[in-house]
Amino acid sequence: MPDPRETSFTRTHEWVRAEGEGAAVVGITEHAQQQLGDVIFLELPTVGARFVAGDRFGTVESVKAASDLYTPVGGSVTAVNEQVASAPELVNQSPQADGWLIRLAIEGGWPDDLLDAAGYQALVAGEAG
Amino acid sequence: MLQHTPLEGEHLRLGATLVAFGGFAMPLQYGSIRQEHAAVRERAGLFDVSHMGEVSVTGPGALAYVQRLVANDVERLRPGAACYTMMCRPDGGIVDDLLVYRDDDGCFLVVNAGRHDADLAWMREQLPPAGVELWDRSPATALLALQGPRAAEILAPLTDGTDPLALRTYHHREAAVAGVPVRLSRTGYTGEDGFECYCDADRAVELWRRLIDAGAPSGLEPAGLGARDTLRLEAGLRLYGQDMDETLDPFTCGLGWTVKLGKGAFIGREALARLATRPRRQDAVGLRLGPRHIPRHGQQVLAAGRPVGEVTSGGFGFTVGGGIALALVEPEHATIGSACAVDLRGSPAEAQVVALPFYRRPPA
Repeated sequence: MPDPRETSFTRTHEWVRAEGEGAAVVGITEHAQQQLGDVIFLELPTVGARFVAGDRFGTVESVKAASDLYTPVGGSVTAVNEQVASAPELVNQSPQADGWLIRLAIEGGWPDDLLDAAGYQALVAGEAG
Repeated sequence: MLQHTPLEGEHLRLGATLVAFGGFAMPLQYGSIRQEHAAVRERAGLFDVSHMGEVSVTGPGALAYVQRLVANDVERLRPGAACYTMMCRPDGGIVDDLLVYRDDDGCFLVVNAGRHDADLAWMREQLPPAGVELWDRSPATALLALQGPRAAEILAPLTDGTDPLALRTYHHREAAVAGVPVRLSRTGYTGEDGFECYCDADRAVELWRRLIDAGAPSGLEPAGLGARDTLRLEAGLRLYGQDMDETLDPFTCGLGWTVKLGKGAFIGREALARLATRPRRQDAVGLRLGPRHIPRHGQQVLAAGRPVGEVTSGGFGFTVGGGIALALVEPEHATIGSACAVDLRGSPAEAQVVALPFYRRPPA
């Protein structure tokens, strides 16, 4: 498992951190929240839902558009951030900390195709070009 | 090549995200659209809308020319009054929606930024051989809109030459705000009380900064085009290019109240007279959806399991707390209270036809 202090990223602008004992926490990136604008609500799974890495696990609706959410790792959902239901602006204000979306018990191991911080920055810079 | 308003430096200093709109780089939001929307509803917001086009019409034939050009009755306006209207083509199609201000010596027209070139070309085509001059004031004119329940109290101590509190809606006066000469107009595009201040472009930064400073104790915030769109949609106000275009007429768009067929000849009168009374192909409605359904431009409206229309403007009403839309639907499905659905990315969301506006400001 990677270092819990390290955040990994997907090409679809989600982030994931290992939390020890086979757990992971997932959300959308700072870049994603900037692109989306004000988040109005999210459709998130229920505890117990199971996904394979790369599955769509929900939707985020913003002022601008609706966007699908894809899980970086496979596993079963152990927690959903209740706060973002009543305060969706949390996702804009703190997307990579307090605005986390789901916690998973990892299944299927840690993927080897996630980006590190430098790789994700390069992706974002490339998309901007 | 994007154009720039004189206030772009201010927007950047305030941390705004800029977007292209109507050919201009404009502030979309400074922080949060939700927060800017709330600021306008609860206190006050300041908008840079200098991208709008302004055209002076002068000469002995000015009023008669504008009367022919637009569908509303501008000859019944006294100097100091203004009205909202449309310029139509002979077939009734809308060239643009605009404000017409009546002055002592002619008219002052305010048009959409994205229609500036089309409108001027149209207006020039309609000029009589003599007696009317058009002056494009757009590059030299800035426009700041101060909107919200506290707008009048923020403006009053800064204003010389008129009392903002006494200025009636859809009326205007020459005044000075913070020493800057302005055309002060009690108009707006948010559904709140407010004022629009037209000033020389080279005084815009000064006026903006003075208003921001003076309004801060009252909770004034700068507000961008994102909030402008959510506010106007709640107020049931139309956006040219989304809710109307040259293929649509004012009656179909639910704006027949701005058309004065009895005023005498104007461009499009015959076509509009037919459209006013004959059954139409579609009618504009307001749709209200639930708190977790956000309709978007172009989505289909369904009734009895089939498409009956299309969303022209859609979004989330932060004040009313749910999805709202302006849509064009078959007239049989346009009755207030009718149930329908909007196809949101493949799944139908329940909607109801409601009276406009979605939001009405509380009485003072």
